[in-house]
Amino acid sequence: MMVYGVALLSGCLLLGMVIGEALGVALRVDANVGGVGIAMLFLVFASNSEKFKTLTEGAAGGGITFWSAMYIPIVVAMAARQNVAAAVDGGVLALLAGVAAVAVSFALVPILSKMGKGPASADQEEQGAA
Amino acid sequence: MELIETVFVRNNVIVAFAVIGVTIWVSYFFADKLTHGRIHGSAIAIALGLLAAYFGGVTTGGNAGVADVALLGGIGLMGGGMMRDFAIVATAFGVHLSELKKAGIAGVVSIFAGVIVSFVVGAVIAIMFGYTDAADITTIGAGAVTYIVGPVTGEAIGASDAVITLSVAAGLVKSIVVMIGTPLVAKHIGLDNPQSAMVFGGLMGTTSGVAAGLAATDPKLVPYGAMTATFYTGVGCLLGPSILYFIVSAFY
Repeated sequence: MMVYGVALLSGCLLLGMVIGEALGVALRVDANVGGVGIAMLFLVFASNSEKFKTLTEGAAGGGITFWSAMYIPIVVAMAARQNVAAAVDGGVLALLAGVAAVAVSFALVPILSKMGKGPASADQEEQGAA
Repeated sequence: MELIETVFVRNNVIVAFAVIGVTIWVSYFFADKLTHGRIHGSAIAIALGLLAAYFGGVTTGGNAGVADVALLGGIGLMGGGMMRDFAIVATAFGVHLSELKKAGIAGVVSIFAGVIVSFVVGAVIAIMFGYTDAADITTIGAGAVTYIVGPVTGEAIGASDAVITLSVAAGLVKSIVVMIGTPLVAKHIGLDNPQSAMVFGGLMGTTSGVAAGLAATDPKLVPYGAMTATFYTGVGCLLGPSILYFIVSAFY
């Protein structure tokens, strides 16, 4: 049943969000700390586990891959509802601060990626997993 | 005419599915015919979305881009945080744990490095523009982290409304630049494997920016970048009104 996969996905998201929200409260931060990331970990665990086979294989898995495939359309809709006008109205300071922060962060990607390549990186070639 | 309008407004989420579907079809058509696949179809679709959002915002005066146009209200739900997070989590389906472990430490380091670097860049620019109040400088720096960290920090340390608005604008600019810039620089920064995608997500942090930027680069990288990016705003909200504010206060 397709809905089993959708329900598993929903369960993962809700559980992750609750934990992220609780982390925020514990850290006295007015934000959800990593809720989505935690939810993703749950889904990774579930999809790599034998116990959840009925929820992740066949038609049930299709319920999850459907939402995964809807990702790009949803991101396009997300782009269309951004407050672009306000970003443009922010003036030179906002523009400079935003652009410069991104430029410096881009430059750091190769540096930090190298740091991650410890001795275990010999098998780097065969990545590109699902 | 009024009859059609009523039906469309009443079924606005369905309208959104149709409109986004057509937009993506047109974008992939142009990506294929005009650029011969050199520019990803989704990159064009996202750029069209941002352009539409700009005009939507200018004509309606609202803050939800094209979703403030009555007929396109459904785009607000379809592209809202709930659907976005649901779809992001779904992309993790089929990811192997071993890939995540490989970049584990670098991923965590990148989150903190990303928050601090963006903050410093934003704060330095605020100082260059003549701001001398510690709360103002911190808030603008926090805005360069993300458009959520800016107002959360600004409200916590009592910055003025004008500065908080400015910090949101800086964060919005950042997120849009990441959306558009990522596919352009991906090759040059080695963004072609799960490990660098995790580092990328941690450094950029803006969930919307990373989500769209990676979608336009290589959808296979999305779950890895999104995984680290979703911790970024939390870390930013943690550091902004505390340590980072204290450091700025020591100088100003």
